[in-house]
Amino acid sequence: MEYSIFVLLLPMMMFLFIGLLQGKLKGQSAGIIGTISMSLTTIIAYAVAFDYFFSPESKIDGIYQKIVEYNWVWLQLTENLHIDLGVLLDPISCMMLVVITTVSLMVHIYSLGYMHGERGFARYYAFLSLFSFSMLGLVVATNIFQMYIFWELVGVSSYLLIGFYYTKPAAIAASKKAFIVTRFADLGFLIGILVLSFYAQSFSFTDLTAPGGVALSSAAGVSFLGASAAAWGLSLIFVGGAGKSAMFPLHIWLPDAMEGPTPVSALIHAATMVVAGVYLVARMFPLYIDAAPEVLPGIAYVGAFTSLFAAVIACFQSDIKRVLAFSTISQIGFMIVALGVSGMGGHDGLGYMAGMWHLFTHAMFKALLFLGAGAVIHAVHSNEMAEMGGLRKYMPITHITFLIACLAIAGIPPFSGFFSKDEILSACWEFSPVMFALMAGIAGLTAFYMFRLYYRIFWSTPTDVSHHTPHEAPAVMYLPLIFLALVTLVAGFIPFGDFVTSDGAVYHIHINWTVATISIVVAVVAIAIATVKYMKEKSKAPQNPLNNVGAFYRAAYRRFYIDEVYMFVTHKIIFAYISRPIKWFDRQVVDGFMNFLAWGANALAARIKGFQSGQVQQYAYVFVLGVIILIVIALAL
Amino acid sequence: MNFLSLFVLLPLLTLAGLWLSKNLKQVHAVAVTGASALLVLTVYLTVDFLLQRAAGNTAEMLYTASVMWFEPLNIHYAVGVDGISVSMLLLTSIILFTGVFASWTIVDQAKEYYMWFLLLTLGVYGFFISIDLFTMFMFYEVALIPMYLLIGLWGSGGKEYAAMKLTLMLMGGSAFLMIGIIGIYLNSAPEGGELTMNLLEISKVLIPVDVQRWLFPLVFIGFGVLGAMFPFHTWSPDGHASAPTAVSMLHAGVLMKLGGYGCFRVAIYLMPEAANELAWIFLTLTGISVVYGAFGAILQKDLKYINAYSSVSHCGLVLFAILMLNQTAMTGAIMQMLSHGLMTALFFALIGMIYGRTHTRNIDEMSGLMKVMPFLAVCYVIAGLASLGLPGLSGFVAEMTVFVGSWEHTDMFHRVFTVVACCSIVITAVYILRVVGKILYGEVENKHHLELSDAVWHERIPVVILIIVIAAIGMYPLLVSDMISDSLVSVIGQLAR
Repeated sequence: MEYSIFVLLLPMMMFLFIGLLQGKLKGQSAGIIGTISMSLTTIIAYAVAFDYFFSPESKIDGIYQKIVEYNWVWLQLTENLHIDLGVLLDPISCMMLVVITTVSLMVHIYSLGYMHGERGFARYYAFLSLFSFSMLGLVVATNIFQMYIFWELVGVSSYLLIGFYYTKPAAIAASKKAFIVTRFADLGFLIGILVLSFYAQSFSFTDLTAPGGVALSSAAGVSFLGASAAAWGLSLIFVGGAGKSAMFPLHIWLPDAMEGPTPVSALIHAATMVVAGVYLVARMFPLYIDAAPEVLPGIAYVGAFTSLFAAVIACFQSDIKRVLAFSTISQIGFMIVALGVSGMGGHDGLGYMAGMWHLFTHAMFKALLFLGAGAVIHAVHSNEMAEMGGLRKYMPITHITFLIACLAIAGIPPFSGFFSKDEILSACWEFSPVMFALMAGIAGLTAFYMFRLYYRIFWSTPTDVSHHTPHEAPAVMYLPLIFLALVTLVAGFIPFGDFVTSDGAVYHIHINWTVATISIVVAVVAIAIATVKYMKEKSKAPQNPLNNVGAFYRAAYRRFYIDEVYMFVTHKIIFAYISRPIKWFDRQVVDGFMNFLAWGANALAARIKGFQSGQVQQYAYVFVLGVIILIVIALAL
Repeated sequence: MNFLSLFVLLPLLTLAGLWLSKNLKQVHAVAVTGASALLVLTVYLTVDFLLQRAAGNTAEMLYTASVMWFEPLNIHYAVGVDGISVSMLLLTSIILFTGVFASWTIVDQAKEYYMWFLLLTLGVYGFFISIDLFTMFMFYEVALIPMYLLIGLWGSGGKEYAAMKLTLMLMGGSAFLMIGIIGIYLNSAPEGGELTMNLLEISKVLIPVDVQRWLFPLVFIGFGVLGAMFPFHTWSPDGHASAPTAVSMLHAGVLMKLGGYGCFRVAIYLMPEAANELAWIFLTLTGISVVYGAFGAILQKDLKYINAYSSVSHCGLVLFAILMLNQTAMTGAIMQMLSHGLMTALFFALIGMIYGRTHTRNIDEMSGLMKVMPFLAVCYVIAGLASLGLPGLSGFVAEMTVFVGSWEHTDMFHRVFTVVACCSIVITAVYILRVVGKILYGEVENKHHLELSDAVWHERIPVVILIIVIAAIGMYPLLVSDMISDSLVSVIGQLAR
């Protein structure tokens, strides 16, 4: 599988090519070239995944092995520590290759229609290539530092794409916020790497995740503030993951990131980059199990709380992309929970398998939802639910595909989301009944807010569409929708346990019917409530959504004021009580002292310059005085 | 004649050529020729140096030569280079070459301007090739004096004040330094031998440790002033703000590196015992520099002030890493010198070009420049990304090497300061993105700015060259990191003696 390197090279060349020649590429050409190159990348990625999963070389005794295809020393740091760049193939990286290239290709095609005629069309495709390159580099990383490198690169591509409409103040603010919040989390990631690599004396995943946690054996007994070094390192790594995957309280950047073009939201902020944190935990999973198992439940609780929190907010948002954004946060919470409750190997590793599967199915149906929402926004020129309604007549394809995705995320069989979510719930069931009840409840909320969204877009009576009639999206836009809908229909029947499991061995999935029944009932009830409440809804006159509503509604609409808390901390505390005093101190005290020295020298000079008066009488007077003093001294001696 | 002496001779020849030239065209031609010749020479030196190393020449310094200069005090003109000096020479040549183009628009007394500019670089080159304390100090002073005139005559704003302040503060540092150097000289004689100024010979002598305790702080502060160490950094914001573009480039890009290089080559190399003992004091100061500079930059309004405070932070990291006293962190320090030199030069070049168009450096008075000058704006974003440590550009490799090296220390003091230094990557992102968001993005608010034009050829050359070098180091760091790391062996040996 030496050709796997082309999965990285092609998008990188494309970024440089389109980026440097963007002025010369006229019309649609940048998009077409980018799409062709992305199709090739996709084919290669599929071939790599197929080769890996089905060739006998990748298995020893029926267990999938990690294959390091390439590994070049990029920077030698200490005797043992060196940053390498290379390609690592194993079940999760191959799965991610498929996910990323599929969604990326769909977005490339879709954008030909969606971004048609936009100023900066070529720039857009250059950034898409940069993102694809970085994301693919992230998943095939052979060592944690390579992952960090590409982690930063996806961060910057995300920054550039969120701020694509760079004349819009909201987009500028959102891109800045996304970058800084994730940068803050990356600080945790970086320090985590420093801690782990110090004890492991290696960055390589093969060494770090070696069975039995031998990598951190030298850290045994080292503790700080009551937690072991391994627990610190792995918790800090998770902070990095939590930042990218928008876990509470670092989630604030993701809803704002919706200021970017909608296809970008589908690719980066729904399907691929935001699950990087999940991927990171999965990648380091053996180390979590062996070296610091006490961290995992903590991760599960963070995931569960985030999931609940985001689901509640999603029920009260009025901007369709915000609903989807909070839904993404909530679903990533599910994946994190799955990893947090998981054990290692066989049936214990159910959560791991389920989390990865949900990552896969979610990427497909969430991308579909976003692209569908993009088609809707394209048609009505607004993000607000209040300006939509009854669109099913005008946009039949978008409507059907959107409905499929809604059913999938709500967990209705036979759509893909049902299967993966059911496995997560089974894993929670075995972890603790409370966790199961909580996650099942969140699944119910998910079904509710998704159908609230669905009915408000496609059913309820439109208030005012007189200004123009919405129309179905062009073929380049609806074909990706159809493709993703098909994937969503069949992905549930993939025997996922044959490919991706915690230990590489085959795991036969069987549906736990108790769990499945409960989850289906919850979902159906939630959909029924949404149907009653929103299907025939009429009074949706554009008004301030905060008029005549309860305090809880208001708080949830305002996302529980977390952004305000951040604003307070950054502006009122850091800017006002750290930066401003430093600015003052620097000018007045440090510099003031230097100016004082200069003034002192001047003043002293002014005082003593009188001695050099040039008056002979004065000199003679001083001279005589001196002589007398000398004589007095001489006589006294 | 020694090959290295060309680094002094070529600037001298260029100076003579400039003196003889009759009009602006000739001045430009001579300056470009001289700068190009020096660039070619440095590249040749680098290649030849690497070949010699590859061929197994393990001498500490290559191309050494020594000529008696002043017999009574045993002062020599002694030269020699190792990987660290080579990388600094490379930096100097790149900045000089790009600086010549960045000064293209200076027409007022251009001849004199270029002459002072060349004299300054002559000092810098001389400093980096010297291995005799006296010649080193002399070249150091040669590099400082022209700065006063360059800022005082061709600067802007409160230029007299800034020039005076900068020169006096740096001279104050020199005073410390001179005492330190004399102190070292007086203790430089080996058992029954002669006093010497030669670095290599002194390094073999153990200067009494209680003397080192006095001399180390003097030398470190002396050079530290030029390296913008807190609290001796306040010359930098005012100085940079008033200096003409190319002088800012050369000053922040190269001259501030003299400080770091001197701390490393004189203070630590010659007085390793005191370095081990007293590093914590200066580590505290430089650790403060790193975050203090970054926080200081957040609320500034003037582009040059922002960049000056950012330099305080980044150069603080250089000294910080040097004081970690291990090979990895020190490699990172030298790489950070290179990286900071290149990207700050890029920043100042761009700021100069933007200022030349908008006639303001206040970030509140600019917006939407991406629309009117896309080339400059994109380059500014790249410079910003380099500054906040984006992988693939030089800042990242330097910072990561520093952090990994610093983490090698296991005690709480070093760990805490390493975490504090790591925090700067977040704060840097805040002030960089704030500026980018304010001046480049958004709509053009000032209608006059709509008529501004993008960069012309003599502006594109320096910018493109600097970006290429920054990206080259960032993508293939082994190019320089091995060369630097190998040369550190002797210093590490000194520290362990």
